[in-house]
Amino acid sequence: MTDETILKIENIDVFHGTFQALWDVSIEVKRGEMLALIGANTAGKTTLLDAVSGLRHPSKGSIQFEGEEIGFLDPYQIVELGITQVPEGRSVFPDMTVLDNLLIGSYAASARKRKAENLEKVYDLFPRLEERKRQVAKTLSGGEQQMLAIGRGLMADPKLMLIDEISLGLAPIVIDEIFRALHKIKATGITVLFVEQNVNRTLKEADRAYILERGRIALSGATADLRENQEVKRAYFGVDTCEVK
Amino acid sequence: MGSVDVFTPVLMGIMLGGLYALIALGLSLVFGVMRLINLAHGDLVILSSYISYAIFTYLAVDPILGLVITIPFMLLLGFLIQKYILGRGFAISSETPLIIAFGISLVLQNLNQILWTPLSRGLNTSYSHMSFFIGERQFPVSYLLAFLAGIVVMVGLRAFLTRTYMGRAITAASQDKRAAQLMGINTNRIYGYAFAIAMGAAAVAGVFLGMTFPFTPTSGISFLTIAFGTVVIGGLGSMLGTFLAGIILGLSQTLGGYLFGSASQMLIVYVLVLAILAIRPHGLLGR
Repeated sequence: MTDETILKIENIDVFHGTFQALWDVSIEVKRGEMLALIGANTAGKTTLLDAVSGLRHPSKGSIQFEGEEIGFLDPYQIVELGITQVPEGRSVFPDMTVLDNLLIGSYAASARKRKAENLEKVYDLFPRLEERKRQVAKTLSGGEQQMLAIGRGLMADPKLMLIDEISLGLAPIVIDEIFRALHKIKATGITVLFVEQNVNRTLKEADRAYILERGRIALSGATADLRENQEVKRAYFGVDTCEVK
Repeated sequence: MGSVDVFTPVLMGIMLGGLYALIALGLSLVFGVMRLINLAHGDLVILSSYISYAIFTYLAVDPILGLVITIPFMLLLGFLIQKYILGRGFAISSETPLIIAFGISLVLQNLNQILWTPLSRGLNTSYSHMSFFIGERQFPVSYLLAFLAGIVVMVGLRAFLTRTYMGRAITAASQDKRAAQLMGINTNRIYGYAFAIAMGAAAVAGVFLGMTFPFTPTSGISFLTIAFGTVVIGGLGSMLGTFLAGIILGLSQTLGGYLFGSASQMLIVYVLVLAILAIRPHGLLGR
């Protein structure tokens, strides 16, 4: 991790129609770090990732990637800049083969020239994808689909990888494998921002974390500090449960 | 006329099915990718028939050779319709493009009527009324050509959709639009390409339809009905399914006519569509 900021979100509001999902949210991501977003369902985690990916535009505030304003760009332009999102629920293309799913990951012009190289990297990371490359994606297990979704994201040759709900619905042994892969991805210099419901696990894996509550940033800091934070312990680990919410 | 045994309606039905599939392929592509029932599809096919008719009549260019003009013209028209008319409808709501397509259908019917009068026309080339023989049985060459064109377009579309970046992007957008956007696919532009390609297929369909059947400015409606049945039976977005469904419809029509008389042949077709939908609501090869 360096001190250089790769992504800077400043005071953004995001609406779904008339419902305000994010309120004055600011987040800073350092190049090369692994950052986590924690929060309950409907806290606004997916909305935040979608705002970075250009699927939703903030009504106020700014989103800067490598110093340039990206808050008004469309999703395909964001991918060209080097930001990829692994969506919630994997969302692999169900009727396409594993290989075709990976190839479509390198659709952006910026990624096409490094297609062969990145495909090799993905197969190194997840050998199972190479074994199953001719298989149709919907026939894969949940864990394999998550590997495919992450591999497809890597094919976009990203600088920043956003991953939504990493472990949702996966077996513990598969979750271990996915996190091992994430650390390898981080080691290659790719910045990782992930969303996860399992707070305990997240605070062990990530370098820093932001905690979202009802669309606002409630807490943030190094995960080592957050683990000792009384508020976090009370809210997420059930310590001091006498207090009725 | 040779002996009328069951072989004749079977072969006629298969060849007719190839033409039905050819007409339906573009509808299937648009339905699969954009989730839009393009109510103007039949009229766009008939527009292609008229353009071929004009090229054939005024420039004396063979309609099949004339495809080098008709296809690019319809590709461009398709791209422009999506970009400037339907695309803006998608921005309003998902039902709006359906109503717009209905409007385009009405405009085209009247435009064709003004340009070419309500008289029945046909692409009567030197070979479109020739016959070929199998034993004693006689078959129209135009049916065979339409069937072959159906195979070529179906195989071509399949290869395009699975082997090229643009084709894979179209397939991806049809399976999961949000994920496709996250892969860097500009889905608006992809919709434009998909609609354009569907119109390219419609151009081919228009030419071979015009050589097989006479057409009028309102013929589009009946062919839309057949194409819609074909897409529904074949299953959403499956090119092979659409082709097989076309053949099933063609066969049911000719065999229905053979067994129950020609008055009831279309009834048989629609009963079959209903029956298949009751058993397999997603179509034969649908997802």
